Amino acid sequence: MVWELDEACVEALAIGAGILGTGGGGNPYYGKLYVRRLLREGRRVYIVAPEDVPDDALVVSVGGMGAPTIGIERIHRGDEPLAALRALEQYLGQSVTHLVPGEIGGANALRPLAVAALAELPVVDGDGMGRAFPELQMDTFAIYGISATPAALADIEHNIVLFPRLRDAYTLERYARAVTVQMGGAAGFAFPVMSGTELRRVVIPYTISLAVQLGEAVLSARKEHTDPVAAALAVTGGSLLFYGKVIDVERRLSAGFARGTVRLEGLGEDRGSELQIEFQNENLIARRDGQVIATVPDLICLVDQETAEPVTTEVVRYGLRIAVLGIPAPAMLRTPEALAVVGPAAFGYRDVAYHPLPGTYGGDRLAAERSATTQ
Amino acid sequence: MARLGIDVGGTNTDAVLLDRGEVLAWAKHPTTPDVSSGILAAVRDVLGQAPLAPSEISAVMLGTTHFTNAVVQRRDLARSAVIRLGLPATTSIPPLEDWPDDLRDAVAELTVILPGGHQFDGREISPLDWQALKQLAEELRRRGVDTAAVTAVFSPAIPTHENAVAEFLTAHVPGLRVTCSREIGRIGLLERENAAALNAALVPLAERTVRAFQQALSRLGLEAPLYLSQNDGTLMTAEFAARYPVLTFASGPTNSMRGAAVLSGLSDAIVLDVGGTTTDGGALVNGFPREASFAVVIGGVRTNFRMPDVVSIGLGGGSLVGPDGSTVGPQSVGYRLSSEALVFGGSRLTASDIAVAARRARFGDPSRVAHLPTELVRQALATIDQRLAELVDSLKTTPGAVPVIVVGGGSVLVPDHLEGASEVIRPPHAAVANAIGAAIAQVSGEIDRIVSLEGQTREAALAAARADACRAAVAAGADPASVTVVELEEIPIAYLPSNAVRIRVKAVGDLRGG
Repeated sequence: MVWELDEACVEALAIGAGILGTGGGGNPYYGKLYVRRLLREGRRVYIVAPEDVPDDALVVSVGGMGAPTIGIERIHRGDEPLAALRALEQYLGQSVTHLVPGEIGGANALRPLAVAALAELPVVDGDGMGRAFPELQMDTFAIYGISATPAALADIEHNIVLFPRLRDAYTLERYARAVTVQMGGAAGFAFPVMSGTELRRVVIPYTISLAVQLGEAVLSARKEHTDPVAAALAVTGGSLLFYGKVIDVERRLSAGFARGTVRLEGLGEDRGSELQIEFQNENLIARRDGQVIATVPDLICLVDQETAEPVTTEVVRYGLRIAVLGIPAPAMLRTPEALAVVGPAAFGYRDVAYHPLPGTYGGDRLAAERSATTQ
Repeated sequence: MARLGIDVGGTNTDAVLLDRGEVLAWAKHPTTPDVSSGILAAVRDVLGQAPLAPSEISAVMLGTTHFTNAVVQRRDLARSAVIRLGLPATTSIPPLEDWPDDLRDAVAELTVILPGGHQFDGREISPLDWQALKQLAEELRRRGVDTAAVTAVFSPAIPTHENAVAEFLTAHVPGLRVTCSREIGRIGLLERENAAALNAALVPLAERTVRAFQQALSRLGLEAPLYLSQNDGTLMTAEFAARYPVLTFASGPTNSMRGAAVLSGLSDAIVLDVGGTTTDGGALVNGFPREASFAVVIGGVRTNFRMPDVVSIGLGGGSLVGPDGSTVGPQSVGYRLSSEALVFGGSRLTASDIAVAARRARFGDPSRVAHLPTELVRQALATIDQRLAELVDSLKTTPGAVPVIVVGGGSVLVPDHLEGASEVIRPPHAAVANAIGAAIAQVSGEIDRIVSLEGQTREAALAAARADACRAAVAAGADPASVTVVELEEIPIAYLPSNAVRIRVKAVGDLRGG
């Protein structure tokens, strides 16, 4: 199945990607404006279902890495990931046939679409995280054995750094992060490279569709004055973990990550309880009155209680009235291999066990629906 | 020495004379289309009331929504040039990309992105292109453009490129007024550039308006310096305001809350402004309104102004009461209260009628509500009290009871004992809280920068930022002895291992000689 992305989809996708950012991932607003402009200029973006990608396709993930705070000031040139992609093609001596987002949560949901518009390449309906994560070994491409290299980074001057071979994604994370600082704090990337067959094995399917549907549900609930939070939960397969008011935010810097804690005091049915959320760029653990009720890789999303507008860890502050959504992680993130990389222990919470939230991740539900209709 | 505070709102122009925090006189007059006549009338009124010579007034502080309204109504805007320095970066989103078409058409004579700007670590993104700037100057002269906005990447931290381009264009384009973005905004290029572009479009209007303000005052024999209120509740000189009118945006609600703080003598409290149709609530923290955390949209344009975090509910003096008293509002008789409420001889049961029946207030004719069933009055009061208590609770930043300051025409609705409130305070002169907020305003200095903690300690970086903010406050007119740091925000730069941190510091102090 192939469908064309229009302006309304981009608008909805930006909202869905913001919520799936689980507190981090960068603001999709900037990417949205860029993709919207490219569409208005007559460029087109096509989305392809994973099962319709040919076995021998050459698929590459593209996007941006670096600090969102840099990205809101030194706005992207826009084609940095395309320059990285071209360098990678030159190194491989082959042309790329499909693009795939690395991360559907936050800014990186939009950037592959801009590259697709510029390069006239289709984008696979899926991604490597189903949400946002802080480090690049945390995508399913790396978890399920796709080689991290060759990999390319490009800056605003189209300076290219190519990594022909590194040991693994952890090593690439360290090297690429150091290069990104030298590139002014933000860079475009193209990696990893995989075949169509490999893609189907490792991709979290239908997450572009999920983000679009999530955004559409929220927008239409706002328009019809129904409950946008309930609409978001219905599409994502999540449940309402808590409703309350932020009473404390504590942030600290460690090794390049914004770590911290948000405390909420319950309102409505949650009055008398307190929820504590620990984050490292993204929300990691939710404790209700001291008891762990949700952990990574399940999605803990803070949204404005009335509009379902995502509230990121950078803007969360005293007094905001917030609905905390608990969305079950994609099945691909719940395997033992995945939990070793994205479970609580991987973020330093060795004493916290992962108890999966009930329900089915919205993208997995879409995949099941698709396969039921095709069989 | 006394201070004169003036608030020019959409409906009323208020004036208040203040001597060391004490209200000597106040007046409320309709705002006039030319603005000046309304100011003259209100100021004449207060000067007539007080045994005070104009020469005894040390400073005049004016808050106005005039420039916000010009943007919202798309009137009196000048066509300007919007210049961004950032090539080869930033091209993915050109200037004014997300503006409403009608406003962009009204304002943008020319938009351009040129080389320049800096990286977060202080390196140049690219050097300025003097050839391109010469051509730009030529183009501006040819088109007769007389106002421009310049925005360079990371100018809040490193202003050199913005300054150099402003200087060059001012020297080469006769009559050109240049707005530098770093004077207006914080980090966040698009929002700062938007604010700078709005400002450039307002400069010719601001020059005319500020001149008219000054002429009106001097006709009254007032020679004291004129200051205008900014959105953060502090002051700028009239000369600066003529160049940076956009900084007056959102000063109204800020002044009102600052006024409530001074009138009550409290610096940490909840403020409820009860009107005819709605009640607006906000929180005072250290004497200043708590700011909203989301980008503020003005006239359809995203800016990085911080607005007071105000929550409105549909409950006011004119709110209609349901048959059994279980609902009060959001429907309201609004300004027709004085003819439609029962106590004023009308036929609609309003929240004010309930307040009179319950003896919370005495106005109108109480005999007209004497027939109301006790149960109905009791239920309606309970509904009102519960909605107010919920509003107070939603505004609180800490558990526990807090003082609640009540202002506005519908303030009789608020009971003396409100759940969640440690006390309910009804300051005198609450009707002119805006003008009082303007009169007591201080001056501020602010810095916003990203610093690397490689090669310096966090303490040293913070100390340098604090000192620079204090210096900026003194440069803006503050008495050095009174300057203190009121806000310090330290935000780690996520996803970068370079130990970079964004530091934002605001210092305020009393006006020198005020």
